[in-house]
Amino acid sequence: MKADVQERPETASAGHVVADRVIGDVVLAVDNVSLAFGGVKAITDVSFDIRKGEIRAIIGPNGAGKTSMLNVINGFYHPNQGTITFKGKKRSQMRPYIAASQGISRTFQNLALFKGMSTLDNIMAGRALKMRRGLLWQALHWGPALAEEIRHREAVEKIIDFLEIQHIRKAPVGKLPYGLQKRVELGRALAMEPELLLLDEPMAGMNLEEKKDMSRYILTVNDQFGTTVALIEHDMGVVMDISDRVVVLEYGRKIADGTPDEVQRDQRVIDAYLGISH
Amino acid sequence: MVVFGQFLEVLIGGLLAGVLYSLVALGFVLIFKASGVFNFAQGAMVLLAGLALVRSLDFMVARGIPTWAAIVLGLLFAAVVMAITAAIIQRFVLGPLVNQDGLSLFMATIGITFVIEGAGQMIFGSDVYPLSLFPTDAWFILDGIFEGGLLVSKIDVWGGVIAGALVAVLAIFFQRTKTGRALRAVADDHAAAESVGIPITWIWFVVWLVAGLVALTAATVWGTKLGVQFSIVFLALKALPVLIIGGFTSVPGAIVGGLIVGAGEKIAEVYLGQHIGGGIEYWFAYVLALAVLLVRPQGLFGERIIERI
Repeated sequence: MKADVQERPETASAGHVVADRVIGDVVLAVDNVSLAFGGVKAITDVSFDIRKGEIRAIIGPNGAGKTSMLNVINGFYHPNQGTITFKGKKRSQMRPYIAASQGISRTFQNLALFKGMSTLDNIMAGRALKMRRGLLWQALHWGPALAEEIRHREAVEKIIDFLEIQHIRKAPVGKLPYGLQKRVELGRALAMEPELLLLDEPMAGMNLEEKKDMSRYILTVNDQFGTTVALIEHDMGVVMDISDRVVVLEYGRKIADGTPDEVQRDQRVIDAYLGISH
Repeated sequence: MVVFGQFLEVLIGGLLAGVLYSLVALGFVLIFKASGVFNFAQGAMVLLAGLALVRSLDFMVARGIPTWAAIVLGLLFAAVVMAITAAIIQRFVLGPLVNQDGLSLFMATIGITFVIEGAGQMIFGSDVYPLSLFPTDAWFILDGIFEGGLLVSKIDVWGGVIAGALVAVLAIFFQRTKTGRALRAVADDHAAAESVGIPITWIWFVVWLVAGLVALTAATVWGTKLGVQFSIVFLALKALPVLIIGGFTSVPGAIVGGLIVGAGEKIAEVYLGQHIGGGIEYWFAYVLALAVLLVRPQGLFGERIIERI
């Protein structure tokens, strides 16, 4: 753990230095959410909130219910109890595409890309909700539809430049190395211009160099576009460095919630990660 | 010259017959491309579309509605039937199977096949119903060059024209439109598609609707050629070698595969049949498909399967 902290991305701490970074009101609140699959309880009575403009980390040992939590937030899972309040609207159930249309985008732990399509098409797919012109216009590829396509293409090219993936623009993503696939997936999520970006282990399986890049992208997105980020990550060095607040889950229950410093000193968190001697 | 004339006639006849295989194969490719599901029910859908069309036509003509109006209304009615079928399939079969494995979906389509076959014949009857939307006689072309000319069946030419138009429309739909991109996205990954805001249930309805309309188009041509009858379901089997040769994911592949199968089996029948006995037509396509599988498992035009391990 110590080693990770020392080797932290040097850009990482920059996020906290930026003066005009504003943490606003609660944008998403999770209240008393419980989720069970048959007899298996994935999440038990968890509540926490995410404030506008912050980077919120969800951590915990394997099987703690972190990914389930993300799936509840964007509507893949429907909680058995409890509610989610996003932008003041309370709900207990949600369809993923409706969550997307309200401004929640996400990436996946095990990559969910359109493998047969190019990088460009993958990221363009992220603009699906923003395209308004009818089928006929698009088919003709002319007039307003063409103008619209060009506008979206510009937005996508900006994202491609930002993520430094120009060279793989036309490559089918299935062929790309893992680290780049992760980046394309982030690009697709960004293309939706989300208010809340959910990242499920964005740095899993990456080397140090790639982790630095990814941290930099996340911080830049957060700083410059004011995008609220919630991420799950196992690399404690990165988590403690880039996040504003951390919520810790263990066996589906919340055991701690606070700033990285507070959480690091919490005895229950230390026990959860290092184990207790009996 | 006579020998060459005969060859040309066999070739043209074969190619045009092949286009009709392509029409059925197109329906398969469409659903496979758009949902990653091999739709076993495509043959049954051709039967259903044909039955809906021919029975409503007969009904209207018997009541003195002019033929052209009856044809338009009949096509509309059949299209509505296919739309309702698509909605039902989406709601009750595929809807509950979102995020499931492709094999589970395939198994579901086998079930759909039997339900459509049964329900279609229960509602519309199970006789052989003649359909005559297109002329079934033949032209004799190139009279001057070849003695007696070359026989070209008009219905086959119609089939070719319709298939060509269909491919053009589908190609534009898939490559140019947002919906087309969404379809390809859904085929690749359900969860990812939903997360970027693609309503998967709506997309599946669109896919099955389009496949239903392609089935209707195939039914107009096949129904005129063979009469609308239960054996149309087995056409689906002929589309299999076409798909294997052309590739499951390629619209042009379905066309080229159909042409190869059509021309191949007619030529084999005429020229090989003399030496090793007739009936080659019935198995030639499958042997050809087997050969392609050995050399190029993804088919001539199919997407190479990319898997990083």
